[in-house]
Amino acid sequence: MKIGVYVCECGTNISGTVDVADVAEYAKSLPNVAVSKYYKYMCSDPGQLLIKDDIKELGLTHVVVASCSPRMHEPTFRTVVEEAGMNAYCFEMANIREHCSWAHMHEKFKATEKAKDLVKMSVAKAALLEPLEKKQVPVTPAALVIGGGIAGIQTALEIAESGFKTYLVESTPSIGGRMAQLDKTFPTMDCSACILTPKMVDVARHPNIELLTYSEVTGIDGYIGNFTVTVKKKARYVDIEKCVGCGLCAEACRLKDRVDDEFNENLGKRSAIYVPFPQAVPLKYTIDPEKCIFLKTGKCGDSPPCVGACAADAINHQQEDEIIELDVGTIVVATGFDLYDPSQKPEYGYGKIKNVITGMEFERLVSASGPTEGHIEINGKEPEKVVFIQCVGSRDKEGNEYCSRVCCMYTAKHAHLVRDKIPGAEVIVYNTDVRAYGKGFEEFYVRVMDEGVKYLRRELDDQIEVVENGDKAIVKAEGHPDIEADLVVLATAIEQKKDIADISKVLKISRGADNFFLEIHPKLRPMDTATSGIFLGGCCQGPKDIPDTVAQASGAAAKATIPLAQGKIDLDPQTSFVIENNCAGCGLCVEACPYSAIELMDGKAEVNEALCRGCGLCSATCRSGAIQLKGLTDHQLISMIKSSLSEVF
Amino acid sequence: MEDEGGAKESWEPKIIGFFCNWCSYAGADLAGTSRIQYPTTIRIIKVMCSGRVNPQFVLKAFQEGADGVLVSGCHPGDCHYIEGNYHARRKLTLMEDLLEFTGVDPSRFQMSWVSASEGQKFAEVVTEFTERIKKLGPQTKLSGGEG
Repeated sequence: MKIGVYVCECGTNISGTVDVADVAEYAKSLPNVAVSKYYKYMCSDPGQLLIKDDIKELGLTHVVVASCSPRMHEPTFRTVVEEAGMNAYCFEMANIREHCSWAHMHEKFKATEKAKDLVKMSVAKAALLEPLEKKQVPVTPAALVIGGGIAGIQTALEIAESGFKTYLVESTPSIGGRMAQLDKTFPTMDCSACILTPKMVDVARHPNIELLTYSEVTGIDGYIGNFTVTVKKKARYVDIEKCVGCGLCAEACRLKDRVDDEFNENLGKRSAIYVPFPQAVPLKYTIDPEKCIFLKTGKCGDSPPCVGACAADAINHQQEDEIIELDVGTIVVATGFDLYDPSQKPEYGYGKIKNVITGMEFERLVSASGPTEGHIEINGKEPEKVVFIQCVGSRDKEGNEYCSRVCCMYTAKHAHLVRDKIPGAEVIVYNTDVRAYGKGFEEFYVRVMDEGVKYLRRELDDQIEVVENGDKAIVKAEGHPDIEADLVVLATAIEQKKDIADISKVLKISRGADNFFLEIHPKLRPMDTATSGIFLGGCCQGPKDIPDTVAQASGAAAKATIPLAQGKIDLDPQTSFVIENNCAGCGLCVEACPYSAIELMDGKAEVNEALCRGCGLCSATCRSGAIQLKGLTDHQLISMIKSSLSEVF
Repeated sequence: MEDEGGAKESWEPKIIGFFCNWCSYAGADLAGTSRIQYPTTIRIIKVMCSGRVNPQFVLKAFQEGADGVLVSGCHPGDCHYIEGNYHARRKLTLMEDLLEFTGVDPSRFQMSWVSASEGQKFAEVVTEFTERIKKLGPQTKLSGGEG
């Protein structure tokens, strides 16, 4: 056995704290170490060549690289050793950067001692590593996209255009998402529906896309290339094959104009049978089970009028939820966002003072398809003085610490729309820093100011309060004179979906401190989750404007398409195996395995390697040590424990 | 505190950490990337899941002279392997009783839940655990050492 040890300086990232020459010299004293070197950047071409040459010239059997986290460069170095003819799984990494030099920057001596220990532990483990063979399995040539907003639409269209079957699952009755609710889009003032609707129609008629609206993903099994997804198609109480979208049922409904319309932020009313908005895709009606008189009481007059009105015989109050299973190779999560509820901060008066509304409510008010057909009015009157308040629920030390990234610009858009529709109106924006960082944003902000919109700056911690005064609202901002306004619009924060805990449990992907889904690397892998084959698109990963959402969604589509195009995938060979002579056939491992990968065959445990995910639960459960995890055996782990604690090796 | 003179001015505890790949190891990585400083006392061994930690490893660490053992995994409900951390919790809660039985102060052993985004929490856990072990002094019961 010949082990090569390579210590990386990482510029000065490691060598600024850890004495790498000392560590490399120390490694030479360890058993089985044939060569030990240090170099400026082990991951660079010359660094890689150094390792390859030594493998070939010295006949190294095992390699240890002491550098950054294996989560960063383990795949890189496994490829390097493989290219030089060594088995990729006889490679081990010691993390002396993230876990050492960066964490102990003022303790050079102790950090160097720790780095030596980490190298010693890795060498001890490496000596016990055995070659493993990779296995390949075919990939199901289909993708699942969860969420039918602009991110999900973009992703689904691009995967489908690449030639792969794509399932698009949306929980509400129509695709379109938040973008469908918007009137105009900053900074170009494109009409949101005009640019979104054609894409929605493209989704509906794409031969590779199967659209599942009013449906929820309830379970995911399997692994990259071979996921099995369970989807609940919620009962619509309308046969979508028969429904022609004529709307006669909604006209006939006894609750017509009496049910709060969530698409219009509850500013308008709808029937109990409805489409969320006129351009809905699919244009198929849905009965709201929470509201429908017949579904709630079993009786609606002599017979439900919707049934009588429907010439297509599409309404079926007996319809039930349907559970289906989909086989897909990759998954893109594009579940979007919710908006901050400003009634959590009573000082804004939201929910108590009629003149105070949110930005999204303003959006519906100003939209031609909204409840006022685009007339900005409050209490039936056109406002003469409008105050916008920014950072409501964002940049909050006690709440969402992050910046929601879109509020500055949507407020500028709203201010412009007020000036556009009510030319004499006075418009004041209370801002706490205007962030106009995107393409065309600064120019738009300057334009809006030139149009006469007054920007007043507050500090984040400054007090602000809105109080009612007859049919007006008085905005009291610290450091500024009080303003009596007809309309106050709150720029509320983008937040993770309220039901995210349920979604997370199904997907098993991590969330960050901000509650948004966590990408595996914030810069280089912004669409990847820690689970291979599951990617992130749009605002479920963090607040984004439409251009950034579309860009990330396209990226996620590209990432999700790669394994589909490859057609097969390497399985991690670090799976469990059974030492038959030691196995008593007790079956504890069978019970412990979360993936049903172990079976008892003729009184002995047997592992299905295609199902095994390598968690090692079985190994920790087995009382006789008969089931072990390749690359992480009890023996290998104990050798690390021993070496880390022994003064001599 | 700069210690470049190399003098070992006082006793430093030796702590073995078993960290799951998906949450806690990544959280420790984030602490480093964010340059959050914590004591050099811990040596982290990466396992794929906290549920991989066999109670035997904990005993072995104490026998070999560890002064403290820390096992860290994903928050309950967030396990990458569905329920591995629950297995870990069940198994390792019993560990505390066993340690008490063998005469090792059970507070030398700790389980923690650290997610991939909790670099700060990771550093706090290691710092507090180190302080606790420092107060307890060297572990000699299982290692057979003199302390």
